[in-house]
Amino acid sequence: MPVRELKITPIKNGTVIDHITNGLALDVLRIIGVQRLDKDSTVSVALHVRSGKLGWKDIVKVENMELTSRTVNAIALIAPTATISIIRDYKVREKRTVDLPPRIMGILRCPNPNCVSNLPEPVESEFEVSERRPVVLKCAFCERRVDDFLRHLA
Amino acid sequence: MSLHGRDLVSIRDLSREEIEQLLESARKMIPFAEGTKVAKPLAEKIVAMAFFEPSTRTRLSFEAAVLRLGGRCITIADAGATSMRKGESLYDTIRMLSSYADAIVIRHPNEGAARLAARASERPVINAGDGAGQHPTQTLLDLATMQEAFGTLTGLKVVLLGDLKYGRTVHSLAYALAQFGSELVLCSPPALRLPEDHREELRHLGARLTVEEDVKRAVGDADVLYVTRVQKERFSDEDEYRAVAGSYRVDSRLLAGAKPRLIVMHPLPRAGEVAPEVDATPHAAYFRQAFLAVPVRMALLNEVLGSPRRGG
Repeated sequence: MPVRELKITPIKNGTVIDHITNGLALDVLRIIGVQRLDKDSTVSVALHVRSGKLGWKDIVKVENMELTSRTVNAIALIAPTATISIIRDYKVREKRTVDLPPRIMGILRCPNPNCVSNLPEPVESEFEVSERRPVVLKCAFCERRVDDFLRHLA
Repeated sequence: MSLHGRDLVSIRDLSREEIEQLLESARKMIPFAEGTKVAKPLAEKIVAMAFFEPSTRTRLSFEAAVLRLGGRCITIADAGATSMRKGESLYDTIRMLSSYADAIVIRHPNEGAARLAARASERPVINAGDGAGQHPTQTLLDLATMQEAFGTLTGLKVVLLGDLKYGRTVHSLAYALAQFGSELVLCSPPALRLPEDHREELRHLGARLTVEEDVKRAVGDADVLYVTRVQKERFSDEDEYRAVAGSYRVDSRLLAGAKPRLIVMHPLPRAGEVAPEVDATPHAAYFRQAFLAVPVRMALLNEVLGSPRRGG
């Protein structure tokens, strides 16, 4: 007897974020900002999926949305193993791994409440990547180290 | 290697060689700082003192340094009297100020303010303390004091005593000393220990670090005892503050067991951590330290604003 499998339906246009570290899909959704999506878009989330590469992984599919480089950078911060596929007309048009740039602009708030970047000044928050494994950032203004990114997403 | 036209926001902006070069220039500046020799390399230069937080020593020593070099100052000494009260951003205030002066010296209550100012300014910015963050010229004058006393910074055993958690002077100083191969002894109440990320950075730089809660044992074979103020506002309980502050009091009894050449340093103002009786002993270096602020800041301003070095 064939085994029945429940699959996520393919999307016509949009983005598939695969190989997300197990358990972090909802945080990835938070970074993407699903509340800002087109109201007719479907968002599919698969948690705890078997993966040859990672053991277990999460997957997020978002219809009618292509990610900005800023969003990709933020995903790279929390899920460095993620891969991103751009789907157009049901076909994968572009596939890439996320890559952490040397500087992270605007995605995080500095955890130091007394940092000048938390004042109403005409500057974006800015962090330098000071270590890569595991990722540690340093505020470009007050030099505070940050390794707990989820708590400080802007 | 030239500091001409550069900002100084953090001690990390300077290489070890640049620090050594500044300390050497500061040593040569001493007679000019005392007024026994006169030179005017900053004649016709205007330096803006943008002090958004109260300061006595730092502002006056910077102003003295500018005046001794023949330059002039324009000063914001009270942020309440500026347009920032009307909601003007620090960014705009500094941008405007940089069109009036050749360099800006800034003190501000928020960490990172000097870095922001450096981005806003078209002229060099010197950080004179940003919140609990950086105070690089304090570090330079601390190093100058040690170098004057011992002729070297290498191999010194330096005890950092007091509030190592919030004290901005000790963070920058520890970083700089680590680069010179000094041995650091951290001596503080448990609640005011040097934060772990700072310790990790120091270890990463190859610093020899030890933690010693007993002041007497820490002072035993030390060359420098660097004392910082334990700030009352860091404690919720007044009795707890008194107990901690009292246990870190430096007096003749404590110094009786020290090396004869040990120097006691303090960024001042002191609030009872160093007993007045220490002033008359050869150990007291804090007033010399306060004086060296002038030649050190003269050397820095001269490098940043004076004629560029040939080949620099």
